[in-house]
Amino acid sequence: MLTILFDGIAYGMVLFVLGCGLSVTMGLMNFVNLAHGAFAMLGGYVAVLAMQRLGLPFLASLPLAFLATALVGIVLERLVYRPMYAKSHLDQVMFSIGLVFMAVAGTDWLMGSTQQFVRLPAWLQGRFEIAGIGIGRYRLFVIAICGFLAISLQWGFTRTRFGSRLRAAVDDARVARGLGIPVNRLFALTFALGCGLAGLGGALGVELMGLDPSFPLKFMIYFLIVVTVGGTSSITGPFFAAMLLGVADVVGKYLVPQVGAFIIYALMVALLITRPHGLFARARA
Amino acid sequence: MTARRTILGGMLGLALAGSTSGFALAQEAVKVGLILPMTGPFASTGRQIDAAVKLFLAKEGAVHGGRKIEVILKDDTGNADTTRRLAQELVVNDKVAVLAGFGLTPLAMATAPIATQAKVPQIVMAAATASITEASPYIARTSFTLPQASEPMADWAWANGIKKVFTVVTDYGPGIDAETSFANKFKTAGGTVESVRVPLRNPDFAPFLQRVSEAKPDALFVFVPSGVGAQFMKQFVERGLDKAGVKLIGPGDVVDDDILEGIGEVAQGAITTHHYSAAHDSPANKAFVEAFQKANPGMRPNFMAVGGYDGMALIAKALEATKGDTSGDKLIAAMKGAGWESVRGPIKIDPDTRDIIQNIYVRKTQKVGSELHNVEFATIKDVKDPVKARK
Amino acid sequence: MRAETIEARVRQALYAGRRWHPAEIAFWLLAFAAYLLFPRNLLLLNEIAILALFALSLDLILGYAGIVSLGHAAFLGMGAYAAGLFAKHVGADPLAGLAVGMGAAGLLGLLTSPLVLRGTDLTRLMITLGVALILYELANSFGSLTGGADGLQGIMMGPILGLFEFDIFGRTAYLYSLSVLFVLFLAARRVTNSPFGLSLRAIRDNPLRASASGVPNGRRLAAAYTLAAAYAGAAGALLAQTTQFVSLDVLDFHRSADLMLVLIIGGAGYLYGGLIGAIAFKLLQDVIATLTPQYWMFWIGLFLVLFVLGGREIIHGAVQKAAARFARLGRGVGR
Repeated sequence: MLTILFDGIAYGMVLFVLGCGLSVTMGLMNFVNLAHGAFAMLGGYVAVLAMQRLGLPFLASLPLAFLATALVGIVLERLVYRPMYAKSHLDQVMFSIGLVFMAVAGTDWLMGSTQQFVRLPAWLQGRFEIAGIGIGRYRLFVIAICGFLAISLQWGFTRTRFGSRLRAAVDDARVARGLGIPVNRLFALTFALGCGLAGLGGALGVELMGLDPSFPLKFMIYFLIVVTVGGTSSITGPFFAAMLLGVADVVGKYLVPQVGAFIIYALMVALLITRPHGLFARARA
Repeated sequence: MTARRTILGGMLGLALAGSTSGFALAQEAVKVGLILPMTGPFASTGRQIDAAVKLFLAKEGAVHGGRKIEVILKDDTGNADTTRRLAQELVVNDKVAVLAGFGLTPLAMATAPIATQAKVPQIVMAAATASITEASPYIARTSFTLPQASEPMADWAWANGIKKVFTVVTDYGPGIDAETSFANKFKTAGGTVESVRVPLRNPDFAPFLQRVSEAKPDALFVFVPSGVGAQFMKQFVERGLDKAGVKLIGPGDVVDDDILEGIGEVAQGAITTHHYSAAHDSPANKAFVEAFQKANPGMRPNFMAVGGYDGMALIAKALEATKGDTSGDKLIAAMKGAGWESVRGPIKIDPDTRDIIQNIYVRKTQKVGSELHNVEFATIKDVKDPVKARK
Repeated sequence: MRAETIEARVRQALYAGRRWHPAEIAFWLLAFAAYLLFPRNLLLLNEIAILALFALSLDLILGYAGIVSLGHAAFLGMGAYAAGLFAKHVGADPLAGLAVGMGAAGLLGLLTSPLVLRGTDLTRLMITLGVALILYELANSFGSLTGGADGLQGIMMGPILGLFEFDIFGRTAYLYSLSVLFVLFLAARRVTNSPFGLSLRAIRDNPLRASASGVPNGRRLAAAYTLAAAYAGAAGALLAQTTQFVSLDVLDFHRSADLMLVLIIGGAGYLYGGLIGAIAFKLLQDVIATLTPQYWMFWIGLFLVLFVLGGREIIHGAVQKAAARFARLGRGVGR
């Protein structure tokens, strides 16, 4: 049972890395970006291709996935996302769905629809036992990396100047601009960071969640749950939401295999009914 | 209203009669509506069957029984509503004489009423749930059924000292078929079975495999749709189940030839039962595999391809038997009892159930040269679908 | 005195809205005539009619009440499964099945309406999406009832009114779907042009002010949501009955996403948007799917992106200019 808990935590960690970028972007830009999953998928494919075509080792492909996706994020933000900021939420949702469709079909055309795999280095394969709990090496690795990311993000968010400017801009963009904070540049950088994190999460998740062109559609709901339940104004909110989600999903499937997936949605609906603004959102004035 | 229906019926009858009348239209092509999932999660099935159909027409020619076979390929993306609509359009607008393909059970089932209404033979080349052939008297199958493959597995497992089995199957027609037929046979022999079902969409095997490792069975019986096998195998090994001495057994879908190389070393040692392996040792098969790989570089034919190839062969043989007559009733009557030596071994279409009778082989996944193959080491001859045979 | 004049003016406006514009009459005549004009495409036309009804139902809540929903497929699915199960286990009469489908979906709408009244747009998106996904998983889990991933089979439909059999060409199906669409459209037209409909628009535009004016926001929205759910259930029932098959796809996310696209193309808030959007979308999808059977999703996505980025303004501008020219032509002839 504890093994399952451990698995759930690993799963939750990946969900966190995937979802926190979306969370901050949505809080900052007030933009519902359902295409976030497409960036995650991009990161996954970059990692897989880097390993297969360029022969890079697994560890090197991770930062490459991050950088490549962040770069694509910057370009797309400039070209396509900016004109959409002023439009209605409905339009934004439809726009991002359109991007997802294009990404899914485009990837299918370029890479085919079969599952992609990463060949893990030997030291990341297999598992060992501690006090009766089976610890998968790769899952431990994922927890370590994502935990480190979570801590640095939280530190960056709360203790650096960039972080405080970001928080100010999220709280009230107009006043922040009035104070001289370059909000537009903040948008672009944060969006890039969010996309990069999504790409990294996608690369890490290939081993745990699989990778094929329908990835954005399959996991979109998970990211959205992380964001809605965790709120958009902190890093800790999405973190706990992702943990809750990951553990509930894995444990649910273990205990009651027939209705495993259903538990997540029921949990989400229940949470949203009782706390419509997310678990950790501060009341907006 | 009855007058109107009589007129409609008369028109339909005239149209059908016109399309099958003899000498004046003898050179008109026989259209075969091939509905396959060419995109979406089951696209590999579509690709394999499409390649096999093209290979058949290239090798055996398109003219049979004095008529030329023309294949119209449609993509249903694995969606049953689309399959049904495409089938209806093919029958009504394109006036196909035969419907073929059907990559999944729901796709075949959705089309059955149309085959019955329009009296058009429906050749199921891939779907594998036992009850499909009962959905319409115009359905004939050239793939296989899961009980056909799973019951011999139960026999082999019991005979080889396996007493406790945990089954993991995908929760849909073929998976449930596999689980029930295996479990019943194995329990009758005296073994114990524990079962769990994985959802068809978004399968995440980790929690299910955790249960398996805690139950410590002698063997794990697994069925997942062709294409998902690789993910399952990785999780199996990652959880250390192979090192814990749990044998991996099941129908051959999990070591599908199409992806076997991609699964890699982790698949070694799996024992499976199936009706076709690309490594099947016969001259006809060797020629088939060679021709297939030549026409489709990088692709190895799998059991789906064989289902497609034999489906076309069945249509061709039926046309030859009816001498080009494409009336649905005559074609289906010609198909019943048709038998020949296929690349997989000897096959026959059961005249009572219109399902396929074929050899089932027990194979072990191992290296042959530098590639992984399913090497056959035991044969169970002329297996009928056990579910219908018991009725 | 002044209040009475305002009342009189409002009543006049409502009556004016109920008059039939010649373009509307032409539209419906063409729709029924399509039965004779396109006998080979009746299957496609049937799908268009069903999609149009589905879009109409979303327009009722999105265009008129301002409720955003990413999970409207839940009601489509509820209606489809209810009608399918009714036909399979109780009785094969299509109209009875239609009523059952509408009732079941309407009930689901009524039960879930409290969920949609709280929170922001984003919360509503998530909750509606969540409800649709839960329903999908439920349908998947209760496979013995719904057929699970294999779909509900063995639905045999009896003749409509005991007279019109369903045939393989889609003749009966199209006229049936079109008639149901027409009747429900008439009802929707009446409802939106009533004081109830006006109050919905008031709530959509300024909920605070509407409730301050004495409009019972919650109850009105719940009523609209239930009605829309019943309409979507009708579309689902039609789908189940005309194709004699229900699969999990009816509850899939892409149904809700495609629906939003339909409404965006046609425009929300004036009832015909859903109908026009449905025609445009289905034709577009059919054309693209024939050209590129494998990657049509890409072109639909591209169309969507371009449309939202600026295409809508261009298209609407062109349509408006054409309409203006048409109107001037009419006036010219009249003189």
